[in-house]
Amino acid sequence: MSIAAAIVDYDAGNLRSVQRACHEVGLEAEIVGDPDLLRRADRVIFPGVGAAGAAMQSLSRRGLGAALKEIIARGTPTLGICLGLQISLQYSEENDTRTLGLFEGEVRRFQLTDRALKVPHMGWNEVRGIKPHPLLAGLEAGDEYYYVHAYFPAPADRNIVYAVSDYEQEFACALGRDNYFATQFHPEKSGRVGLRLLRAFAGWEGTC
Amino acid sequence: MLSKRVIACLDVRDGKLAKSVKFVDTKDIGDPVHKAREYYEDGLDELVFYDITASSDRRGIMLDVVERVAEQVFIPLSVGGGVRTVADATDLRLAGAEKINVNSAAVQRPALISECAEAIGNQNVVLSMDVLRVPVSERIPSGYEIVINGGRKPMGIDALWWAKEGERLGAGELVVNSIDADGTRDGYELTLTARISKSVRIPVIASGGAGKPEHLHDVLTTGAADAALVASMVHYGDYKVSQLKQYLHGRGDKVRLSW
Repeated sequence: MSIAAAIVDYDAGNLRSVQRACHEVGLEAEIVGDPDLLRRADRVIFPGVGAAGAAMQSLSRRGLGAALKEIIARGTPTLGICLGLQISLQYSEENDTRTLGLFEGEVRRFQLTDRALKVPHMGWNEVRGIKPHPLLAGLEAGDEYYYVHAYFPAPADRNIVYAVSDYEQEFACALGRDNYFATQFHPEKSGRVGLRLLRAFAGWEGTC
Repeated sequence: MLSKRVIACLDVRDGKLAKSVKFVDTKDIGDPVHKAREYYEDGLDELVFYDITASSDRRGIMLDVVERVAEQVFIPLSVGGGVRTVADATDLRLAGAEKINVNSAAVQRPALISECAEAIGNQNVVLSMDVLRVPVSERIPSGYEIVINGGRKPMGIDALWWAKEGERLGAGELVVNSIDADGTRDGYELTLTARISKSVRIPVIASGGAGKPEHLHDVLTTGAADAALVASMVHYGDYKVSQLKQYLHGRGDKVRLSW
């Protein structure tokens, strides 16, 4: 039996807020920690909050890293969120961690010169530089999403960047390639603007 | 550019919304779930629930209220009041709280901050501090003292020191609540807020004293706060959240306007 949507469970934060937001947009998502069950999902959400090192250990221990790579390679629509996005790159400065490598590039810590700016980057920030993508349909420059992170993605390939945001420096906040899309912000905590993205994901066939 | 946040604090007692004036004489003014939804739809950036009876009366935490709110409000939800253990924090997180506020129990046992940070991540641990203005002394060099149990018990701890200590122990954010200003509607304690905000590198939420829109502007600029907490000024219907944000926008403050 297949699963309509699976939320990857790897001890990386509270997944129920993602599940609730999915429910709100009509997507019944199950929290799944078993790689074989994950392989049976029609679509996958790869969220996560916490430290990259522990997250990677947990993913490998449970065999979820390999399952995720496989699922994404065979075209399952997949949405990464926050830490999920970060560990999709090759390397994270956080805990000096080699990560999944679904996208080329790395994750760096914010090094801010303005003492008034706090780390983590926490709160609502606007997105700009938006490229057309089915999951960003309806998004306008100036719309804001909710962020909580101390590290930011620095992908090697600009072509996979679908939106950027600014916190003293510009950083990529939405990455995508084929059936995989990932956001640094939290759509599940970003009010209607965030729910719109999740709703689009619920009906997304994995093409862009 | 990061927006300044407008946060509504819902003090809850026995599952109902209350608003304290100088922490005594609370009166019921409505259903927290209904209010939460109303503010969310009107552009609120974040919600804080505070169980105001938990500390002194040792009541259980309102997991049920949190759960019902989390089902229909999709912005960060922060909950506090009577959090004493990591288990309290994780229960609230499962019910739907994003962030957990610790207050009195952290003053009495500071390791609670690091334990919670370890369990749920620094960014989700909010150290909420109730602060009273006192004469400057050797013990309280800043002239601001930490009090606990809803403002009833002075602790002989300097608030500025405690803010930095909280950051060191792993708090991801601070709520600075002035007991002197709380419920007065005369404005936030700007000096206190600015001194704390400039001495830590984590976000500071100003609390206590908001009565007019300009008070929010003042604390987000002069007070150097990252977020302004409001309560009675919106609970009683004097101002709408959207109105506050429009006002701040008009004063040149960066706030979220599309929702």
